[in-house]
Amino acid sequence: MISGVKLGLGLVGAVGATLLGIAMLSQFQAPSLEIVQRGYRGTAMQVNYNEKQLASYLAENKVPASLPQAPAAGPKAGAVYKNVQVLGDLSVGQFTRLMVSITSWVSPKQGCAYCHNTANMAEDSLYTKIVSRRMFQMTQHINADWQPHVQGTGVTCYTCHRGNPVPNNIWFNDPGPRSPSGGMISAGASTGQNLAAASTRYASLPYDPFTPFLEGDHSIRVQGDEALPGSNRHSIKEAEWTFSLMNYFGNSLGVNCTYCHNSRAFSDWSQSTPAKVTAWHGIQMTRDLNGDYLKQLANAWPVNRLGPTGDSPKLACATCHQGVYKPLYGVSMLKDFPELARPGAAGLAYLNASWTPASPMDQEKVGEQGKPSN
Amino acid sequence: MAMLTYEEKYRVRGGTLVGGDLFDFWLGPFYVGFFGVTTIFFSALGTALILYGAALGGDWNVWRINIAPPDLSYGLGFAPLKEGGLWQVITICAIGAFVSWALRQVEITRKLGMGYHVPFAFGVAIFAYVSLVVIRPVLMGAWGHGFPYGILSHLDWVSNTGYQYLHFHYNPAHMLAVTFFFTTTLSLSLHGALVLSAANPPKGQAVKTAEHENTFFRDTIGWSIGTLGIHRLGLFLALSAGFWSAVCIIISGPFWTRGWPEWWGWWLNLPIWK
Repeated sequence: MISGVKLGLGLVGAVGATLLGIAMLSQFQAPSLEIVQRGYRGTAMQVNYNEKQLASYLAENKVPASLPQAPAAGPKAGAVYKNVQVLGDLSVGQFTRLMVSITSWVSPKQGCAYCHNTANMAEDSLYTKIVSRRMFQMTQHINADWQPHVQGTGVTCYTCHRGNPVPNNIWFNDPGPRSPSGGMISAGASTGQNLAAASTRYASLPYDPFTPFLEGDHSIRVQGDEALPGSNRHSIKEAEWTFSLMNYFGNSLGVNCTYCHNSRAFSDWSQSTPAKVTAWHGIQMTRDLNGDYLKQLANAWPVNRLGPTGDSPKLACATCHQGVYKPLYGVSMLKDFPELARPGAAGLAYLNASWTPASPMDQEKVGEQGKPSN
Repeated sequence: MAMLTYEEKYRVRGGTLVGGDLFDFWLGPFYVGFFGVTTIFFSALGTALILYGAALGGDWNVWRINIAPPDLSYGLGFAPLKEGGLWQVITICAIGAFVSWALRQVEITRKLGMGYHVPFAFGVAIFAYVSLVVIRPVLMGAWGHGFPYGILSHLDWVSNTGYQYLHFHYNPAHMLAVTFFFTTTLSLSLHGALVLSAANPPKGQAVKTAEHENTFFRDTIGWSIGTLGIHRLGLFLALSAGFWSAVCIIISGPFWTRGWPEWWGWWLNLPIWK
């Protein structure tokens, strides 16, 4: 009897262990690698790709063909159509080309009617038209005022939308999971972490890295500049929050920590790669766009477009990058759509605001490394 | 120099693996043997090359001397001496010296007529080193994936290599290795405390025996592994630590290129709760 139970338990254990073993081992990939060295030899600063995965990313991140340019001559859209607030100084031909293009980029299945009342195209009755007008302004603002991040490559509607009316990688404030009874936040999530969250690539780190850093301007920099504990008052929790954000960055760009940092001194600009400077501008840009564009539309969205706490949808790195170090592998669609690159209103004021380098020395080095490198 | 009691048994001819009687002699207390000669050769050459590399680097601060492997672009070919070739030759010398030493241990073991525990244990340490500088670089397609030879530079390499996988503590083999390292030190400290206590009784009392030691652990945790068993356990724990360390770095890169936290997707996707 006893030996029968023993045998039975043994069998169950053996089968269970085998299945778990298979599940574990099947997770690994065969060694077929594409590796990019990004530092002096022997420093292990490099980006590692699996060739199979890389091939699927290359296939997914292709730029669609642009329509042939329309002549700039002829009557202006603003004069011919009513209620053209942003793109009025395009010729009718250019305007129509852009409208046809945005339909294929944003609402290929839904067509013009996704934003327009087709009986009266000028009418602002659909919220999508209000949103898309603001998004045109945002695109122009990015291309005109955020060149330190997007450089000459720029962005178009397609960079984020990729044929989807709502881009794939947007985010909302995350209050955490509810308890089974639906009311209070469950105990496991009470510290904002300890869940396998997709936002931080399934680490147990804080699962909402966005709200404090990319909506708010909470300091990301937590590392002290002294060897021993001293004046640095940042907590371990803050460090984990930063770690969570950095995991998100890495995954959004399909890179690892060493793409920007030499981990011997994460915070030191002089030991970091030039990509860190580009990323720094990207952080400022994301805060700017979430605050001045997406959150400003708070009253425009219908309820089903809002997050669990009733907040506007917001963007972050993956919204454009989609797992690639340069969106669409750095192929510029903007050159075919120069009307999306007009000067915006905000100017370069951000450059003088909100960031003070740790020392003049650092500032000097940022300047030196800020040159476009690749 | 007087011989120790066991040296009479140890200092016997034979048991050599290569060379027959050629190097089967002692220099003072030291057995030479064919592999003693090769150990000296590889060690001397390797050390000289490290000194040459340090001279080329121009920095004699012992912390900052750095002999780096080649650029990844050299793949699995030879690099010019001053651009990583030195690292390649030093690696050959290091492996030559380590393996020679292990084989010399085998010869001594054979003279003593005992088991191969010592060379086997040292073999695991050599395996861990070879994993880092040969097995993993070959799997990843370039010698440049080896770690640089330098006190600070190799630490920087370890740090960056870990951060290539976002959060290395999620590496399952790293978890096992760390656990075995901690368990090794715990069991060594328990064992050492027990032996020192038994061998150093209060004034006026006799030195305690193994049976006293067993009784202590039977009273404390209900069971004693015994005097022989503790050494078997220690060997198992220590070798497991080294073995899983080697595994944890071999799987990082060749078999997994993304963050280690993400690897646990197999667990999150088990059909029970997916």
